[in-house]
Amino acid sequence: MTLSVLFFVLIGAISLAAAVGVVSSNHPVHSALFLLAHFGTLAILYITLEAQFLAAIQVIIYAGGIVILILFVIMLIGSEKIVNQAEHRTWTPYVGFALGIVLLGGLAISLLQGFTGVEPNAALLQGGSPQAVGLELFTRYILPFELAAVLLLVALLGALLLARRPKLKIEEQ
Amino acid sequence: MSANLNVSVILPELILVGFAMLVMILDMVGTDERPTGRTLLPWLALVGVAVAGLVCIQQYSQPAASFQGGAVSDHFALGLRLIILVATGLGILLSASYIPRINKQVGEYYALLLLCAAGMTMMGAATDLMVVFVALEILSLALYILCGLNRESPRSSEASMKYFLLGAFSSAFFVYGAALIYGAAGSTQYDEIAKALAGGNSNLALLYPGIALLLVGFGFKVSLVPFHMWTPDVYQGAPTPVTAFMSVGTKAAAFAAFIRVLVIALPAQQPSWGWALAIMAILTMTLGNLAALRQSSLKRMLAYSSIAHAGYVLVGIVAGTSEGADAALFYLFTYAFMNIGAFAVVIMLEKANEGDALQNRAAGIGQRWPWLALAMAIFMFSLSGVPPLAGFFGKLFVFKAAVDGGWAWLAVIGMLNSAIGAYYYLRVTVSMYFEKPGAETLSQRSTWSALSIGLAVAAIFTVLIGILPGMWTALFTGGLTGLGG
Repeated sequence: MTLSVLFFVLIGAISLAAAVGVVSSNHPVHSALFLLAHFGTLAILYITLEAQFLAAIQVIIYAGGIVILILFVIMLIGSEKIVNQAEHRTWTPYVGFALGIVLLGGLAISLLQGFTGVEPNAALLQGGSPQAVGLELFTRYILPFELAAVLLLVALLGALLLARRPKLKIEEQ
Repeated sequence: MSANLNVSVILPELILVGFAMLVMILDMVGTDERPTGRTLLPWLALVGVAVAGLVCIQQYSQPAASFQGGAVSDHFALGLRLIILVATGLGILLSASYIPRINKQVGEYYALLLLCAAGMTMMGAATDLMVVFVALEILSLALYILCGLNRESPRSSEASMKYFLLGAFSSAFFVYGAALIYGAAGSTQYDEIAKALAGGNSNLALLYPGIALLLVGFGFKVSLVPFHMWTPDVYQGAPTPVTAFMSVGTKAAAFAAFIRVLVIALPAQQPSWGWALAIMAILTMTLGNLAALRQSSLKRMLAYSSIAHAGYVLVGIVAGTSEGADAALFYLFTYAFMNIGAFAVVIMLEKANEGDALQNRAAGIGQRWPWLALAMAIFMFSLSGVPPLAGFFGKLFVFKAAVDGGWAWLAVIGMLNSAIGAYYYLRVTVSMYFEKPGAETLSQRSTWSALSIGLAVAAIFTVLIGILPGMWTALFTGGLTGLGG
């Protein structure tokens, strides 16, 4: 096992542990911080693959933007411990857990069967510079890129439609 | 990579998005005190749909082209666009007097409807998993919002929230599957995936879990049976015109994208996904029909019936033939008219601000409102597959495709299921004509011009397609081309 593989396994284990922490902790703030750790370790993995641009984007958008936004939401609606009020049937968590294990096991078995060893030159596969990403984005992936603009427009309209208070109510106040 | 930016390929989508923006601009002209401009909004949106439809019909005579390997304008894509545009047009007619009563922000509503339609039409044209995903998100996001349009009603909010949470979950499945397929084939473009898989140097261990997860993602969107739980609650809670639009639009769009992935990108794996689809088709048809038998709410009955209809469409796809793809598309075309028509009748039967109608509301309307009852009878007979209405030919072609593909037993199960389905469709018809009007029966009917137009159009086309099926099947034959890049 070379040093780079050891590094990957180590960072990957931390990343996985953080991801488990996100779903298993009862406190929303803890979940958010675990998420931050998860995004951070993913960025480190991107750097080892020579995808520096992706790593920077990962830190700025996910760790910087999304997690901050989640913390804002938690701050606004309160960060009490989540007590499982919604569970009416006692068997649902067990069934969910069992199905999750089946999915994980199925994926793990089929993926491990095809495991052909570690990619020796993973770094060479990436075009990690901003220039390469930009070129791909505006040539090969121009259609999904432009469609993403429509998606953002939909989200914007949705915020207007669902979050704006009706005019009458504002006047009443 | 050669640049082939054939703008004509995505012209219908550009028109829809352009008109969505026009609607938003016109919305700003009117104020709450002087809302005259706002009554024009549905008609402007309708013009947009009509222009996009004309462009599609004009493109039928042109050879299929590709837009940068991401989208294609073959007859399959054009046929799906026509279905979506029909659903959108009828949806707008149904909304014209309904929506202003539950939400004053009609400008945003019609803009969202058009953008949603653009996402749906893109699904059928897309030849790249990335494009499919973004288009899927456009239509899903727009529908989550439209479901929660009635902010006064807790049911509407519940529908929106439930759809959003489960939809986001299923999108994750879809992306996971797409990522695994990319890992196996080294490309997200359909023709390149097919080439890589045929070449034999692909990682099959990644491929099969990828296909399975993709099935889960699509299965949720078209409400196939293990993934159907959200359907009745969302259909019942959403404003009825939105339910009518989404029941046809989402199904058609997701099925089209599904068919193209399976037939173009993964034809060699048909023996394995064929069986998975066959099992899901049986479960979907049977459970959908059995659950629909027990409903007292018309909207819930139609929701379960829409699950059953997803099963019938699936029967056509199982064989993985191009003929099956055409049959499925034609089925969805007939379904657009008869199902939206049935929902239009439900809107007529609803009391003010109620958002749902029980079946006994229809009892005896045969004497009181003969035209309304006649229209409902047409839709119910067509949905149950009685000849010579549109629904019969839809079912006929789908089952024929299954038989030709060597899945005759599946077609037999489909026919048995149609017989179960006929019971609950005919029950409504019988109660309309043979029961006395009770206390619950609709006593006052509002005269809504746009809604009546929509109802009449749906009824006329349901009959017309049934009488002259050959005229319409021409639009849906030989649709799929292998073009992808």
